[in-house]
Amino acid sequence: MTRSADEFLICVIARMLDGAGHVAVGAASPIPGAAALLMRELTHGRLLVSMIHGRANNPFTDGGREVFDCAGQGRIDVFFLGGAQIDGEANINLVGTGDYPAVDTRFPGSFGSAYMYFVVPKVILFRHEHTRRVFVPKVDFISAPGVSPPGVYRPGGPKALVTGLAVFSFDKDSARFRLESVHPGHTVEEVLDNTGFDVDVREDVPTTPDAEPDRLALLRSTIGAEVADVYPDFAARVLGAAAAGAESPGAG
Amino acid sequence: MTSHETVEGLAARVPDGALLAIPPEYSFVPMAMVRALIRRAVRDLHLLAVPTGGLAADMLIGAGCVKTMEAAAVSLGEAGPAPRFTEAVTTGAVVMRDSTCPAVHSALQAAEKGVPFMPLRGLIGSDVLKHRDDWTVVDDPLGEGGGPIVLLPAIRPDVAVFHSPRADTGGNVWVGRRRELVTMVHAAKTALVTVETVQETDLLADEATAAGTLPALYVTAIAEAREGAWPLALAGHYDADAEHIRAYARQAKTPDGFRGYLDRHVFAPAVQAAS
Repeated sequence: MTRSADEFLICVIARMLDGAGHVAVGAASPIPGAAALLMRELTHGRLLVSMIHGRANNPFTDGGREVFDCAGQGRIDVFFLGGAQIDGEANINLVGTGDYPAVDTRFPGSFGSAYMYFVVPKVILFRHEHTRRVFVPKVDFISAPGVSPPGVYRPGGPKALVTGLAVFSFDKDSARFRLESVHPGHTVEEVLDNTGFDVDVREDVPTTPDAEPDRLALLRSTIGAEVADVYPDFAARVLGAAAAGAESPGAG
Repeated sequence: MTSHETVEGLAARVPDGALLAIPPEYSFVPMAMVRALIRRAVRDLHLLAVPTGGLAADMLIGAGCVKTMEAAAVSLGEAGPAPRFTEAVTTGAVVMRDSTCPAVHSALQAAEKGVPFMPLRGLIGSDVLKHRDDWTVVDDPLGEGGGPIVLLPAIRPDVAVFHSPRADTGGNVWVGRRRELVTMVHAAKTALVTVETVQETDLLADEATAAGTLPALYVTAIAEAREGAWPLALAGHYDADAEHIRAYARQAKTPDGFRGYLDRHVFAPAVQAAS
């Protein structure tokens, strides 16, 4: 079965959610969102998925603060963050490039990252674009730091990084990424050439397993409609026809 | 006693220089009121997005109404970057006070409780904290878990605005599960609310609706505005006009394009008559 790059990444991220209890997904995360809904389907609902900006799949009733309070108590196991820039110590920049506040390029802002990165045990960093423009030696603005000194309350942090080329793990003690697998059709050299910081590389780096056909089928049928509730444009573009049946729910 | 007025009347109640709190894109955004504020040419607003901003913030900034902007992020969601915000912050025309979502919620909760500050986890080691001279890091004074913790001063907006599906004649306003609006209004000195419709039935009379109702004691004034959230969605009532928002995102990339948008959708006589 042919698959798109987005569908492949959804399947890669879905595998990382195996065994998790509760995953929350934010506003700008359609690929992680689709991965979470796919994994919920595969676990027959054992994985709890909270889409914090949708109506369907959004369990929160106490306003915008609830997801953060929930995470602060340790009730959320997995969260996703990205970055306009990400550096080798897993610092992320969602604010802008150049000399803040007089930035050259401005991005939307840090959202909840400066908090969620600290309190959610497994944060998966996701950025499709894998270039030296994104993976820089040092971010221009730290929306949230990758590691914290001893004494700072930090039960959470980055555990993995998924890009359009590869999968990395992150070790908080050494504050370094390790290349774990390279996506089909790409090479270790290509990954390192496009990464602006030094990383560890595991021996005999394997190829990231391709999308499972049964999961792709599920994605295109059941999951597309659910994704469309939160990310209608993404669902229409990536998951095709499924989005057509995904009108918003009626009055409530 | 809640006053029942027109949208223009509500806009006239927002003074120049006010600290104005607005809801996030997914929660009852009062776009008819935003258009009225632009027509009234309000100036020097300190805009607080609770906790993120979108079309409302972008339009107010583009129209020259805003002096400072506090938010965890500003964007048009799937329609892309907020063009007027992006340009204004890059050129320094608007001073941006970068925050993070739970910091905005927590600072409003402090005001809601009438306490001077609220502690928040996270933040330490971020440049968000580094650039906020109003935030303080202290050692946990109770020793619970120890270590440093950030204190955020209470934020008490002068005015909070939102658009609800309905209010009752007594001035109680339905918010459903959009309880960030409750926190925002509790924290604010005044609340101005537009609604799709005003009903006779008391929202507090039935426990089922009472639980999702902001009581009139917090509500300064109400105005009816049909489709008052357009082109944004009003959850449970109408969807976002995605086509219109995408067109805005394109047109507002230049000052001229933005001005053209305002002429058609804010200043045109037919638009004013409709609100």
